[in-house]
Amino acid sequence: MNAPLESVISLRDVKKSFGAQTVLDGLTFDVPRGKCMGIMGPSGTGKSVILRHVIGLMRADSGVVAVEGRDVAKLKRQELMDLRRRMGFLFQEGALINWLSVGENVALPLRENTNMPDAEIRQRVQEKLELVKIPDAWEKMPAQISGGMKKRVGLARALITDPEIVLYDEPNAGLDPEIAQSINDLLRELHEGLRVTALLVEHRVRCIRTVADEVIFLEKGQVLLQLPPREFFASDHPRLVQFLGSDPD
Amino acid sequence: MNVLTPVTVIARSLGEQLELLFAVIVRLYHVPARARLVADHIYQSALQTVHVVLVVGLFIGMIVALQTGIELARIGQQDQIGTIVALSMAREMGPFITATILAATAGSSMAAEIGTMSVSDELSALEVLSVDRVKLLVLPRVVALAIAAPLLTILCDTIGIVGGGFVAQSQLNVSYQLYLDSAVEALADPGKILPLPKDVYGGLLKAFVFGIIVSIIGCAAGLRATGGALGVGNATRSAVRDAIIAIIITNYFITWVLYQA
Repeated sequence: MNAPLESVISLRDVKKSFGAQTVLDGLTFDVPRGKCMGIMGPSGTGKSVILRHVIGLMRADSGVVAVEGRDVAKLKRQELMDLRRRMGFLFQEGALINWLSVGENVALPLRENTNMPDAEIRQRVQEKLELVKIPDAWEKMPAQISGGMKKRVGLARALITDPEIVLYDEPNAGLDPEIAQSINDLLRELHEGLRVTALLVEHRVRCIRTVADEVIFLEKGQVLLQLPPREFFASDHPRLVQFLGSDPD
Repeated sequence: MNVLTPVTVIARSLGEQLELLFAVIVRLYHVPARARLVADHIYQSALQTVHVVLVVGLFIGMIVALQTGIELARIGQQDQIGTIVALSMAREMGPFITATILAATAGSSMAAEIGTMSVSDELSALEVLSVDRVKLLVLPRVVALAIAAPLLTILCDTIGIVGGGFVAQSQLNVSYQLYLDSAVEALADPGKILPLPKDVYGGLLKAFVFGIIVSIIGCAAGLRATGGALGVGNATRSAVRDAIIAIIITNYFITWVLYQA
């Protein structure tokens, strides 16, 4: 019998409301080490909110959000910063600092948080730019590059500290199908190569199918279904059928 | 609406600004490592507003000279015009006008830049990357304006006094040399605190404080911006409004300390 996989990200009965609107309503799930958990669900069901809880940008009204067994909400400032240095976050629009070049955006965490010599920083940034397949982009400014390229730069920046956990917030948002698929292939490649633990929020079927090891379907702030991708997309659950029936993929 | 709401909002806003000022002070030792960013911000805030300061300063000096000169001429005291223009410019007009221009240009620009970063997730990205946003975004801007404001004030004072001299000579029949001599003599009076011309260092002290006020208020407004373009617009408006109010109130207290206490 296989030993149960160690849970790296764990949510227990998490509740979160914004005013009168309840977004997360007793959400519970685990992400085992080295696995990529995909989260699907209609807009406004709190998918991105989950990621912001895991990285400590938001606090739950109740319940526990734990990373490697430690309640994120109870971490002191320095402990949270130390934890974040071991995590990567790919924002929906890339969230690149618009007055820094592509290379300096990727180098930022190393320049700000380490005493690494400039030559070593340049080498590591170049490696990451090559990893995300934009080796010649260093000097470009964020305003000069496409949405797909911004995602790649955001991904390179998320990976620059060689994180053990990566959070992806809608990596396909705003991309055409061809570029979206190239991003998905890249994420899969990285996931297989680096074996990071990942949480992937996306409502595009193709992305989840390509990248995730397991899929959660959120409904009314709770887990409605949790299955491996093959079974998930073969499921005849009426709500899932209704949701997927309207998917552009 | 609860009558206490505006008071609460002002108190919270003031608290945020003081907290940000404290955060900047404890990070001052990072300034040498940020010299490049400080220089960039001095260029953006000071060099790009020099022409505005020069034009406004020139005409303010001319207006002061004309308004007071006409009255002084009635009692035959127009040769005192140099003293009045020099003291007005150095004590009040130079620092105040410069700070107001900086609030409208550099302060609003800081609020808009940081506010746009806030509403487009860039500040969240810095947080996630464990990058200290005060060190990266606020410290260089505050130091830059604390340096730029006194420099621009010196320019404003100088051009204002020169402008007053034009009016004295052309409209009030006071020779330029007499005007300049009385201006320099008025400014040479040393103060009790420092053995330097009191009105000059008093004005520059004001400019230094105003520079810090404008930048702290601009950055704080940007950092708390939410809600897209509307939020950035609100941040920019409140940055300029609050900075001008704070400049006027602070001006009174610095004047009181320097000349009354």
